This record gives sequence, C-alpha cells and structure tokens, in this order.
Amino acid sequence: MTALLELKGVTKTFGKGRAITVALDDMTLAVNDDFPHIVSIAGESGSGKTTIAMLLLGFYAPTRGHVLYRGQDIHKLSGSQRYSFRKEVQAVFQDPFAVYNPFYKVDNLLSIPIQNFRLAKNKQEAHALMEQALIHVGLRPEETLGRYPHQLSGGQRQRIAVARALILRPKLLITDEPVSMVDASLRATLLKLLRALNQELEMPILYITHDLTTAYHISDYIVILYHGSVMEAGNVDVIIKDPKHPYTQLLVASIPWPDPNRSWGETKQVFPTGTMFDEYAPGCKFSLRCPFAGEICREERPPLYRLDDGRVVACRHFESGEALAGMDLGTLFARKGQVP
Amino acid sequence: MSAPILEIKDLRVYYYVEAGAIKAVDGVSFSLEPGAKLGLVGESGSGKSTMAMALMRLINPPARIVGGQVQLDGIDLVGVSEEEMRKIRLSRMSMIPQGAMNALHPLLRIENQIMDGIKDHGSTLSGGDLQGRVYALLESVDLNRRVARMYPHQLSGGMKQRVAAAIAISLHPKLVIADEPTSALDVVIQRQVMEMLDRLQAEMNLSILLIGHDMGLMAQFVDRLAVMYAGKLMELGNLKDIFAEPLHPYTLMLIQSLPALENKGVFAGIPGITPSLLKPPSGCLFHTRCPYAEAVNGNRCEEEVPVFEQVKPGRWISCHLHGDMPS
Amino acid sequence: MGGILRYIRRNPSLGWGLGLLLVLLLFATVGRLFINERDAYALATRPDQPPSWQHLFGTDTQGKDLFTGMVIGMGMTLMIGAIAGSIGIGIGTVLGFTTGYYAGSILDSVITAIVDIVLTLPGFFVLVLIASTLADPATLNVVPMGVIASVTAWAYPTRSIRAQVMTMRERPFVMMAKLSAMSTGKIIVRELMPNLLPYLAMSLAGAVYGGLMGSLSLEGLGIGNRRNPTLGMTIFWVNYYSAFMRGMWWWILAPVAAIILVLTSLVLISMGLDEVANPRVRTRV
Repeated sequence: MTALLELKGVTKTFGKGRAITVALDDMTLAVNDDFPHIVSIAGESGSGKTTIAMLLLGFYAPTRGHVLYRGQDIHKLSGSQRYSFRKEVQAVFQDPFAVYNPFYKVDNLLSIPIQNFRLAKNKQEAHALMEQALIHVGLRPEETLGRYPHQLSGGQRQRIAVARALILRPKLLITDEPVSMVDASLRATLLKLLRALNQELEMPILYITHDLTTAYHISDYIVILYHGSVMEAGNVDVIIKDPKHPYTQLLVASIPWPDPNRSWGETKQVFPTGTMFDEYAPGCKFSLRCPFAGEICREERPPLYRLDDGRVVACRHFESGEALAGMDLGTLFARKGQVP
Repeated sequence: MSAPILEIKDLRVYYYVEAGAIKAVDGVSFSLEPGAKLGLVGESGSGKSTMAMALMRLINPPARIVGGQVQLDGIDLVGVSEEEMRKIRLSRMSMIPQGAMNALHPLLRIENQIMDGIKDHGSTLSGGDLQGRVYALLESVDLNRRVARMYPHQLSGGMKQRVAAAIAISLHPKLVIADEPTSALDVVIQRQVMEMLDRLQAEMNLSILLIGHDMGLMAQFVDRLAVMYAGKLMELGNLKDIFAEPLHPYTLMLIQSLPALENKGVFAGIPGITPSLLKPPSGCLFHTRCPYAEAVNGNRCEEEVPVFEQVKPGRWISCHLHGDMPS
Repeated sequence: MGGILRYIRRNPSLGWGLGLLLVLLLFATVGRLFINERDAYALATRPDQPPSWQHLFGTDTQGKDLFTGMVIGMGMTLMIGAIAGSIGIGIGTVLGFTTGYYAGSILDSVITAIVDIVLTLPGFFVLVLIASTLADPATLNVVPMGVIASVTAWAYPTRSIRAQVMTMRERPFVMMAKLSAMSTGKIIVRELMPNLLPYLAMSLAGAVYGGLMGSLSLEGLGIGNRRNPTLGMTIFWVNYYSAFMRGMWWWILAPVAAIILVLTSLVLISMGLDEVANPRVRTRV
C-alpha cells in the first residue's frame, strides 16, 4: 500500500562548496493512512526538524531523494493531484501572528480553504462550519469573527489556526512548534486540542518541537534529530524516561522541569561544550561532543541499531542490536490494529 | 538579616496612548536581599519586561514612571538625575537584556565592547591591565580568550549571551537583572548559561533578578519567586514553598498547567484570556478567569481590588481568599 | 472617513503633504475660473511689469501675465507628473511583482539586468536624447512630455517593489495561502498587493517626483513646446531673457516657489506614507 506522504532517502543541503550546510541527511520516513499517532520530531535549532516540515509540505525541494505523495513526486503533481495533496496535508505553524495576512479579518484564514476545498455549499453553511469549529476550540465566534489579527491575542489566533485544521480534516497534520510562542497557561489547552484532533478524528499529527516536555506529553513516538540525522527514535515514554543515546541523555538532562526537587544538578554535565563552528565529523555527528566517542565513532557514520524495547539508536555502543541501514522510520510506529 | 539591596515600593509605569493609559506596572512592591536570587515570572502582557526597563530607568515616552519608589542600596533610582543614573548603570546594577545577542554592536570587536563599558565609567587602568581584565572576564563566562578579537557575527547565540553576561559583570555590580536571558537559546545551551550565571552569582555574591515566563527555569534557578499578572503581583515568597503549596489561584493554575514528568496526558490550561491593560476588569484582575471567585461572599472579587499582604510568614498574596482555596 | 482624518492628525507629514497638494490642485483648477486663458500666452499684455493689482504676479518680457501662466502651468506640470508617475508605477508594479515573486528564475535575471542598466544610465541625458530625436521638440505637449518623462520613472520602483515582494513571499501567510490551494495569480493580487499598498503609494509619490524632475530638466533647457506656460518652460524663459540681470525678481519667484511647493508636497506625502508602510518609524502611537 502506498504511503500517504513520504520522504525517501531525502537529503537537503543549503549553500555551496565550503559553506555548505547539511540540513537533513538521508532521511526516510513514510506516513500511512492507517497511522493514528502523534509523532514528535524533536531537536534543537539546526537539527533539521523544520526542514522536514518544509520538505513534506513542498516548500523546499530535496537536494537528493524524493518526497512522494501517494507514490507521486510532489514537485511533479498534476493539477488535480496537487489539489488533493493540499486537501489532505495541512499545517499549523509557530508564529500565531505571521500566518495571518494583516490586511484581512481573521475569518479569511478559515473561509478561504472552505471555499477552495468546497467544504460548504453556501455562505451560511460556511459560516456555521466556522462557528462550530471556533466553539470547539474554546473561542466565542462573536468575539473572534470579524476581527483583525492585531485585535486578538496570540492564544486566540493560534486557536483559530487549530480550528482551521479541524474544519479541513486533513489526513495528516504537520505542526511546527505550535505552542512555543504561546503563553504557558494556554499551552496545555492547545495541546489538549491537538490530542483530541488525533484521538477523535484519528488524524496523524507530526509534532515538531525543541521542547521535550510538551513532546513527552502529547506524543506516542519521538524522533530525536541532531544536525540532520536521527540519533534515537521510538516510544516517547521509553526514550524520555530512559534515554540511551548520549545526545538524548544530554537533552533530557537539560530539561528545566518545573519541580524544585528535581534539579539539573542531579545529572552532572560532563559534555564538552560544542565547538564554535559546528564542524562536521565524517563519522557520527555527535562524536565531537560525545564523552563516550571512540575512534570508529569519529570516522564512520553509525547505522540505526534496533534494541529489544523496539527503539532505534544511532550509536556504536549498541552494536549488539540489529543494524538497519536506510531505514524507514515509519515502520517504528504501530499501524492501526497493531499493538504498539 | 541585612538590608535589602533592592527595594521596590508601589511602582507604577503607565504607557500613554491616544485611547488612554495602559497600566503596564500598577503598584508592584518587593525587595531583594544581597546575594539572593529572585525570579519575576509572568506571561505575555504581565508587565515584567516593563519592570526590567523601569528599574534601569530606560523607560521612554509614551511610557512613564508614574509613581512609587525604587531604592538600590539606599539610592532612589526614580528621583536621581540621568547623569547619576548613567554612572549607576553597569557599575552598581546591570542588565542582561532579552535578546542580548542582538544588543551587541555588530561592528566592534568583543574586547572593545567590553572595554567600552569599563572605560566609560572612568577606569584608570592601563592598556595592558584592561586587556587582562577582558581576558579574565571571558574566562569567567567560560569563553576562550580568542573570542576577544572576534566580531559578534562570528559567535553562536550562546556565546553572544555569555559575552553579554561578561559585560554585565565587568564592573562588579551589586545587582544583575537578567531579562529572559535564555529565551532564544536551545535547552542544552540554556542549562550551560544558567549554570554559569549561578556560579558567577556565588563567586561574586551578586543579587540576581531573573525575569521570565518559564516556570521550569525559575524552579531550577531562583530562591524566591514573584508572580506577576496584568501589571500586579499575585504572589511572592520562597520558591519551594510556592511550588509545594501555591496560595494564589493564578499560581496554582499556572503550576498545574505545566507539563511535568508525572502528569503525562493531563492538560490543564487556564481558561480565558489575559485582560486588557487599557481597560482592566474591575476588582481583582484575575477574577474573570478564577474558578474560586464564587467562593468569596458577594461580589467581592469583582468589586474590590485585593490588597497585596502577608498571609503567612514570608508569603505574600493579593487575593480575597487569603490563601484558603477550597479544593 | 473619521478614522482617516484622525489618522492624518497623527501623521503630520502626510497631513501637510496632502493638504499642500490639495491647495495646489485647487489653485490649478478653481483658479481657472478667475482667469482669461489667453493672458498666459505671448503678447497678451504689457511686458516686464512688476506685480500689481492688475497683474498679481507681474508680467514677463513676452507680455504674458504670470498669474494666469502659473494657474495654467501648475495644472500642466502636475498633469505631466501624474502621467509620468502613473506609467512609471504601472510598469514598476507589473515588473516588480513578477520578478519579485519569481526571483531567481531566468525571467527575473533578464529583467533585473535591464533594470540595473537603466538605473546606471544618466537619466537626464537619456531624456534629452529621446526628446530631441523622437519628435520635433516643439510639439511636445503635456501628454507626450509625460510619457517621455516616465522613461526614468519606472526603474527604481521596479527594484524596490521587487525587494519588498521577495521578502513578503517567504511570510507564513503566503504559505498558508498555498496550503489553501490558492493559485499564484490570486496570491499576488489578493495576498501580496494589499500589503504593499502603502509602499506602492510611496513609490508613486517617488515616481511622480522623478518624472517631474525629468520634465523640469527638459523644459528648463527649452526642449518641449515653448508656448506652454509650464513651470519648467517658464524657467527657460527666465534664463533666455536674463531675468536675473534685469532684476525681474517676480518672474523668477513665481515658478521657483511653485516648483518648491509641488516637490515639497510630494516629499511630505512620501514621508507620511513611509510611516504607514513601516510602523516602526512611527513616533506617535
């Protein structure tokens, strides 16, 4: 069965010659129709996580490899295929203000796709659809419709963006840092909404973030990225509570938990601070900062090793596991009907 | 208990716009002991950044300090002349501003930027001594000496933030205000920068006022916490006490809304939106979103502004429930 | 309407600029009711008269009443500016949006190269060349003059609009429009253009300014229909008849003051629009 949307051996680089940056390195990930999970793609800035979103949505073209929508290269879609692609793959972005055209009322964000995707037969139906969705996300239509973006708060605007996803019912929702620019008190509400979208509508969601706490809370699976490569991937509970890859351990140890009794001091940071110019080692990307790195780590890129608990780790210290090259990360995530 | 290094009494900062006065800071009072770390936490629109600017007397029209007192080591910062204030900034109190990485001069080498501050305050150090001072400062913020000759664009975000910290401590001030110093940084660098600040604080016995919105960061760094909402303080007290038993509904709900390792799958946000500072609600500013407003007899929450007072030793809140929240 | 008036009060540049322009327009239009057109042309009345009640701005050596000349000339010059500006901004907008949205394509490279060459050419000489070779300069009336003056008015708007469009197309709201299956044409017209309206207006003011300067330079040299009492042509006659030497201050003052007023109003409008387009420049909230 062809996947809904997939990255097939995709590499994305920027720049040329000496100043080349590898944003994403040989990534294969397939999202299928019967895949009702929330998968977090986590990493710091420069990890490639936003690049994945841009590639999947067709805003970037891969340098190597292909991005396929139902088997077709998304940069070579016919008119009707493209229409279908846009209808089935939607997004919620980070900046609650920038997604609105300041010239138009916020209704625009909802009415345009309703019109273009023919989700309502007439204006009344469209309006009803909009009102319903707004109420569902906890907003009052009388207070939000008819207003301009600058008249609403960041939280309200982001909720409208989620309402849009609710109306469109895409087959895949890609969210790029959807709560990072929103107040803490509202974050929980938005995450709850996304979770509900996933559970009630069986909508798979890709949750891209740098914040491991929200990733932990909302998702079932997680993929940890560093400099464009996967370091560790698998069930989110297992990985956050018991990180195996040194980089994941570093990340988890740096999380400022809102609990004065669980302090950073518990885990002594023995990691050397990153080099200034993030040089790329020919081998494991993390080897230059890893206190456990050996010769082979610096020279050869480690493959993903599968561990007994189902996760994969890109680290030579787990060589006992089964080595998987060019693996499709999508296979890690249980399909509908399978036991995760 | 020695005298507080910073004492703020009833500070008010309003922005005057055509439609009226935006009460960004409306009667905030707290104090900071020497060598202590106080966190001022608030969401967007709480007024916390305005507080930082007001303390450094960097408020520009249309905003104005409308009332209150700010005493730094006995000096009244509100009344003092601009000339005096310039001498005080950097030497007695300094700030690591939000996005400090963008506050560095793009065309000057790092060493010059550090030296500028020192020279401006009448230093009589010779060239060699000054250079030595720069190297010492860079070392204290865990930066290599090579950084001195570099330009800001050659440094990463975390490194620029450390340079900003180095400048802030260059004249051994008594108080350092850190306004969201790590908001643009990744979590790993954030920890490193905060641990560096912690070390500097201990070595130099600095008082630090950490302003931010991240309760997690507060929990890891400060001793006392002040919770700000819509221009006023809701709660003030010892950090561990507040987390163990928050006495103000806003603080309680804020802590409950934070994702923690234990409560996976529980999402408890605060309903409603932050009030307009131009036309704030009557009575308690939080009453429109407070689930306990009903528990108070009559319409007190709606009609009467609660007084910011001590309800237990060392615990201050502004709430008609006085800390007795029904479960 | 009330909102617009209130805004103008907060934006003095725009207010004064528009006000001044309005006054000049009224002068050129309503003023016509008070004059006899024939007086603006040669041999209409006694020459070389300083200002008096009969001749408010005096008369020149050819016997033209300068007040009448200014009323008609102001209208003509403003019209030339408007034509040059409109053509300039029209071309500039079309080319600017196209190259901006498709920046990096071959089409963009070709057009931008042409624009860059045009920008480096000395505009004045180009105008003189065109004006004197294309047609008999004596027949260059208002409309042809406007068209010629637009030759130098389109290049800069193209460049600046292109730059604005290039940044704007990366904005998330454009991404949203794409995700909503909006066509490219609609994105340009519906999403990008309205946001650039203040900027376009500013470019229009700039194009009018540029076109006017171009026409003034040509007319000042006498290239154009010398019968027309345009501001630039009046300057030509001032030089031709050595008005300076002969102490005919009124003849010099009238066109110079008029030119200064027109250009100032355009500059003020431009500054005012800059504030609209660029909220960070605002000093008042």
